[in-house]
Amino acid sequence: MSRDTALVSADWAEKNLETRGVVFVEVDEDTSAYDTGHLPGAIKLDWKTDLQDQVRRDFVNKDQFAALLSERGIANDDTVVLYGGNNNWFAAYAYWYFALYGHREVRLLDGGRKKWELDARPLTTEVVSRPATRYVAQESDHTIRAFRDEVVAAIGTKNLVDVRSPDEYAGRLLAPAHLPQEQAQRAGHVPTAISVPWSKAANEDGTFKSDQELREIYAAAGLDDSRETIAYCRIGERSSHTWFVLQELLGHRNVKNYDGSWTEYGSLVGVPVALGDEPGEK
Amino acid sequence: MTASTAAGCAAPDQAAPLPASLDLEKETVITGVVRDAAGEPVTGAYVRLLDSTDEFTAEVVTSSAGQFRFFAAPGTWRLRALSRHGNGDLIVTASRGINEAIVPVAVD
Repeated sequence: MSRDTALVSADWAEKNLETRGVVFVEVDEDTSAYDTGHLPGAIKLDWKTDLQDQVRRDFVNKDQFAALLSERGIANDDTVVLYGGNNNWFAAYAYWYFALYGHREVRLLDGGRKKWELDARPLTTEVVSRPATRYVAQESDHTIRAFRDEVVAAIGTKNLVDVRSPDEYAGRLLAPAHLPQEQAQRAGHVPTAISVPWSKAANEDGTFKSDQELREIYAAAGLDDSRETIAYCRIGERSSHTWFVLQELLGHRNVKNYDGSWTEYGSLVGVPVALGDEPGEK
Repeated sequence: MTASTAAGCAAPDQAAPLPASLDLEKETVITGVVRDAAGEPVTGAYVRLLDSTDEFTAEVVTSSAGQFRFFAAPGTWRLRALSRHGNGDLIVTASRGINEAIVPVAVD
């Protein structure tokens, strides 16, 4: 994978809004953003109600994913361009789902909603509907998904990358600072995890930094790309952003997203937790 | 349940009242308004909260009245606002409770 096959620019997107076979999809947790204005022709996916199972803590299974895409009018051979708010966090999460279920052509819009808005590019409130399709999803690809036991086993052996903010890593904050800090889980990080906040990979307008800059950031942080890597954050969406950078832009192999992330790990009984700014010992 | 695990990370409505369950003895709230050169509130501005090392901590989009709000920790923070009207910065020193700030933006 590379930048050419994983990312499109805002200029490209604006020129291809009406191109057949290209489907723009806005992904936000809070869909009110879409309703106040979206890219012309774009449909929406709600991170929580569309992409998460509504009973178990898990995301939609293969059949649910296929039913969702069929109903929204996305076909297997469409090129899906994902974008959203929060610096594309949830769009990156959705990208990871599309990769998990084997969608062939999927891209992120570089800069997402933020760059689009700051550039004063067109937004519309027109209702978009697409004819239903018969989407077929593949079996989910667990080579890009890590579960909790694998994370515990990775302590001191694989690259663990904590992509939350430095204060969350150290245990001084329990959630991103736009949310209240009363949280059920313990504070801290997985011992031996390095801290590389997701935001280091992005410019302030939400676009990704250059490949050269990205390589330097992870090399300086001590990421050994000959080893397997597991990225995590709090609920798995910021770590999807970093998974995207490492695997889809830089072409690393064996990168997994731990979508259980700190809300799961920080609630596990008996697992080791490190506090402070240093990775800590095994 | 108040804002919690299930609430995810998406930015909540910046104009909504503070949740009644919020404990201001524990929370450090940084709140305020982004204003343009004429003093008018800027809606749809992106406000970034940067820590004392200038590392990103959070980002929200201002309400129709230009409001933003963060739940931080006591200490020194930088607010960085991006908008179509220009960008602006403000350093704030926050303590527990509510800390109010006005971030001016102007065309660069």
